[in-house]
Amino acid sequence: MAVTQPADLVETEEVSTQAQEGIGQKVLIAVPYVWLLVFFLAPFFIVFKMSLSDIAISIPPYTPTFDLSEGWDGLVALWNALDLENYVWLTEDDLYWKSYVSSLKVASISTLLALLIGYPIAYSMAKAPSEWRSTLVMLIILPFWTSFLIRVYAWVGILKKEGFLNYALMWLGVIDEPLTILNTNTAVYIGIVYSYLPFMVLPLYAVLEKMDGALLEAANDLGCSPIKTFWIITIPLSLPGIIAGCFLVFIPAVGEFVIPDLLGGSNTLMIGKTLWTEFFSNRDWPVASAVAVILLLLLIIPIVLFQKQQEKQMKEDG
Amino acid sequence: MLRFNWLNATTLTLGFVFLYLPILLLIIYSFNESRLVTVWAGFSTKWYGSVFQNEDFINAAWVTVRVGVISATIATVLGTMAALMLSRAGPFLGRTLFSGMIYAPMVMPEVITGLSLLLLFVSMDFTRGFWTVTIAHITFSMCYAAVVVSARLVSFEKSYEEAAQDLGCTKFSAFMQVTLPIIAPSVAAGWLLAFTLSLDDLVIASFASGPGATTLPMKIYSQVRIGVSPEINALSTILVAVVSIGVITASLAMKRAEVKRKREEQLAFAG
Repeated sequence: MAVTQPADLVETEEVSTQAQEGIGQKVLIAVPYVWLLVFFLAPFFIVFKMSLSDIAISIPPYTPTFDLSEGWDGLVALWNALDLENYVWLTEDDLYWKSYVSSLKVASISTLLALLIGYPIAYSMAKAPSEWRSTLVMLIILPFWTSFLIRVYAWVGILKKEGFLNYALMWLGVIDEPLTILNTNTAVYIGIVYSYLPFMVLPLYAVLEKMDGALLEAANDLGCSPIKTFWIITIPLSLPGIIAGCFLVFIPAVGEFVIPDLLGGSNTLMIGKTLWTEFFSNRDWPVASAVAVILLLLLIIPIVLFQKQQEKQMKEDG
Repeated sequence: MLRFNWLNATTLTLGFVFLYLPILLLIIYSFNESRLVTVWAGFSTKWYGSVFQNEDFINAAWVTVRVGVISATIATVLGTMAALMLSRAGPFLGRTLFSGMIYAPMVMPEVITGLSLLLLFVSMDFTRGFWTVTIAHITFSMCYAAVVVSARLVSFEKSYEEAAQDLGCTKFSAFMQVTLPIIAPSVAAGWLLAFTLSLDDLVIASFASGPGATTLPMKIYSQVRIGVSPEINALSTILVAVVSIGVITASLAMKRAEVKRKREEQLAFAG
């Protein structure tokens, strides 16, 4: 983030001369800041502490609990009771690392599929008559506003054995026996691509729409075939959109819970679902927290890469 | 390009069929007479009747709307304040941390946000219920509101506010009389986004909620796990209809306001 700009400095000086408004500005800064510190940042430290605790049969279901009334001795006792046991457990039981690997795999395949489906859509939108474009963008965004849960649920009726897809395929004579799609990884791919397609299409459309048509004409005049022009001009120029779209699909897909739970089967391992089961069914809060900490560490790399790329893009645009 | 070429038109048609057909099928089959969801047995609105007679649904809907309105309103206020800070306030201590905290909740997996808030509420001895869900929703939706509003704030000139201040306005009245009217459409958009996010949320609400505060998505989820039912199709249709009508009306109203504002600006320049 670029911080020091001369204009900003001038403004802060003005503020210091106007004491009353300075207080106003401080309040403006403090309220949302404190809110996020308390309800967003602080909870992560609690998750981390929890991941070092032990499960207990009590309310709340973990030990040690934090008790300020015992003073310094309480803190020491708390510190001594924390250990890395849960993380050792995560490496010993192969359910966990299989979940991580399988989440990454499912998210990668879904992202690739979303790109393959999203790119032609974004390309066609960018090539559409200009008076149509804002309507097309609206049509892409609209499903995003309707409930995620409902959109995933809609696929249950389509993909199940006696569902619409099998019915249509059998009616067309493509298949004789109904296919088993629901409760498989295929259904999860379909669900993720369907739910996150707008996130892929919109950044792609944004770069494709801005692209200079003269470049394509020039390539054409110089003897490039349309396919070659597409590969050497369109694809490289739309790379920022491809990267942004892939991150926007990949990052939320890794931690997805609703889609693998409703569309996936018992052998669909995804970390969001494992965390949920650990927490709600096994009531093992410390292990669920350890799962969350590792998931966070896994995602921090793509999140930071994504932010770096966005900043670079903003600098180039500005 | 002035016209569609057939290849692009086909791609777009297929793309939109993929995006809209599942919802369309769900809507059509909510009017199905039969309990078997994929066999059409004639038109009926009886499932809508049973939705409105189901007290659990009505109670959950009422909880959801109250959580949505309260959390969206507070989130929009906090989000607008955050947007003003990011785009107007100069450097301040921990600015990078702050902008990180604005963007992070949008990419954070919901299971992590939900779990971490729950553990916070437990360690603070909060009784989980209506207010904890509301606080959780404020926290993630304020970030979306902040991004929507700050996109508008960076796109217009700071000189309008400076001119108002040069003409004797205090910072606060410059904001109320100049900035707020200009950003009003995006503040409204931020509210609408925050409201629909709250309306949709299942995962974070499941963690943050306690007995007595079951939201509609939580209720739908518990039913959906058992399987497809025409009652849920009817309920989903109602939700989709309400949200779509809301969003389309709002975006048309915003477009009209934008056109009107532009015309007034032109008149002001011409005069």
